[in-house]
Amino acid sequence: MSAASAPVGRRRSRGLAGPLWQRAVLPSYVFVVLAVTLVPIIVMIVYSLNQAPNQRLSFSWHGFTTEWYRRLFEIPDLTSALVTSLEIAALSTVIAVAIGTPAALALTRYRFRGRGVGDLVILADIAAPSVVVGASLLGLFVYLGVSRGFGTILIAHVAFNVAFVVIVLQARLRDIDPSLAEAARDLGSSPFQAFWLVTVPVIYPAILSAALLAAALSIDDFIITSFVAGQTLTFPLWVYGSVKVGIPPQVFAMGTLIFAAGVLIALAGVVSARRSEPRT
Amino acid sequence: MSPRRRTGLVPYLLSLPAAVWLGAFFVLPLLTILGVSLMTGNSIDGWTLTWNFSIFGDAISTYSTQFGRSFLYGGISTAVALVTMYPVAYWIAFHGGRFKSVLLFLLLLPFFVSFVIRILAWQFILADDGIILSALKDIGLVPADTHVLSTPFAVVAGLTYDALPFMLLPLYVALQRIDPAHVEAAADLYATGAARFRTVILPLSAPGIYAGIVLVAITNIGDYLSASILGGPSTTMIGNIIQTQYVNNADYPIASALALILMVTLMLAMAVYARVFGTRTLQEHIG
Repeated sequence: MSAASAPVGRRRSRGLAGPLWQRAVLPSYVFVVLAVTLVPIIVMIVYSLNQAPNQRLSFSWHGFTTEWYRRLFEIPDLTSALVTSLEIAALSTVIAVAIGTPAALALTRYRFRGRGVGDLVILADIAAPSVVVGASLLGLFVYLGVSRGFGTILIAHVAFNVAFVVIVLQARLRDIDPSLAEAARDLGSSPFQAFWLVTVPVIYPAILSAALLAAALSIDDFIITSFVAGQTLTFPLWVYGSVKVGIPPQVFAMGTLIFAAGVLIALAGVVSARRSEPRT
Repeated sequence: MSPRRRTGLVPYLLSLPAAVWLGAFFVLPLLTILGVSLMTGNSIDGWTLTWNFSIFGDAISTYSTQFGRSFLYGGISTAVALVTMYPVAYWIAFHGGRFKSVLLFLLLLPFFVSFVIRILAWQFILADDGIILSALKDIGLVPADTHVLSTPFAVVAGLTYDALPFMLLPLYVALQRIDPAHVEAAADLYATGAARFRTVILPLSAPGIYAGIVLVAITNIGDYLSASILGGPSTTMIGNIIQTQYVNNADYPIASALALILMVTLMLAMAVYARVFGTRTLQEHIG
């Protein structure tokens, strides 16, 4: 791309500033931004490997250790908060995909009254500030006298995950020829068979990436959860609560492991997508 | 029998579960907080609907500082993130070559770190005895009593950092869609580098700018984590007030009123913004 435009640029007096700007100034700038981007991540990883004589993260360097990875699950409350987060993530992802996939199908494949409203609600759900979403859900639960805990966290996480699942799937479904499923219908399959045997295999990669996004959003959510959690603690809530009393190094170790898992899953997704590209 | 006849109910059945869930747990709550905000009482004696509309006036007059601060911090962090990331997105889209995907992936890595831990790491970095300040103090570049935490700068820095990947993505998507032939055509017509940028690249990337600003501004204006961990008593944002009033003080009416005002203000701002900026750039984009 840049190779194609280079001769034009040279011929038409791009000026001396052009190449210098593009070859030196901008790339250096990009690397500065990249460095700033990575600083907190490096801090998290490095300090998860720092000795901590008083069991709390501290700024001074006491020496290298893998102690916190070996003693990862030694704080029962932190471990149970992490387990809660993983359970909520798994359940909310499954429910959001189960109810979001047919909704995405309806919104892309059919013209029906209410479709515009549906699209609007999905967009509003994604755009609305988390504070408002969390506060209004708590308002409803208080109003109805529902006690807050695991169930209400799950309800809230499904409510924001559905919108993201629908958006991701809609983008993919628009690229797929609907005549594929129609062909299956012409060959005598029921709508259910056509969906299950033709549409699902085609959109399977999109379902997978929607599910990963939903799981990531759920594990990460702090603001909405902080409203509807009651006494139940998720991983982000526990970490936030520990700020005032001092953060145990296991927090950065778990953060590093979650980070590594996320990166590995994303890379695996990229690799498998590249591998399947020629075939589709 | 035509298959069309049977599609009548199908889309409704397909979207029913999601519609019920979102209706009950997203749309209905937004309507409920209007009701909750008009109630008076306390959590022991219970709440009664008294149509106390004066709560909105009280909420605005009591917390106008925090509202103003939220929009100020949100606005500054959005603007800084846009100005910071636009050249990055531009360079990757036009000159990234074979490093495109790698660079994008590296710049999006913060997505994989828990939100709370990202902010905590900044607290770690910016603290009085933290990595940066202790080093600067040791070599005497800054006075020993300098501190960054609890200042507006720390809060805005945290908000800006969080916005960077969210800003990069829509900008990059818009910029890499631009056909280099359009830029070349402008060059063939003797447009200077600056003119090519102003008349071709900038208007064609406007949808990305628009999307990035909306995405980041809404998130940052409503945020309270950055102010809570990196800020102090003088940097409280409206999100902090809503959270404390709702969860800690159980003052549901005032918190609901504040949430409602925030939502309505943001919606109005978005509508005005779309009118003034969005549709015009869209027209330029098409025309």
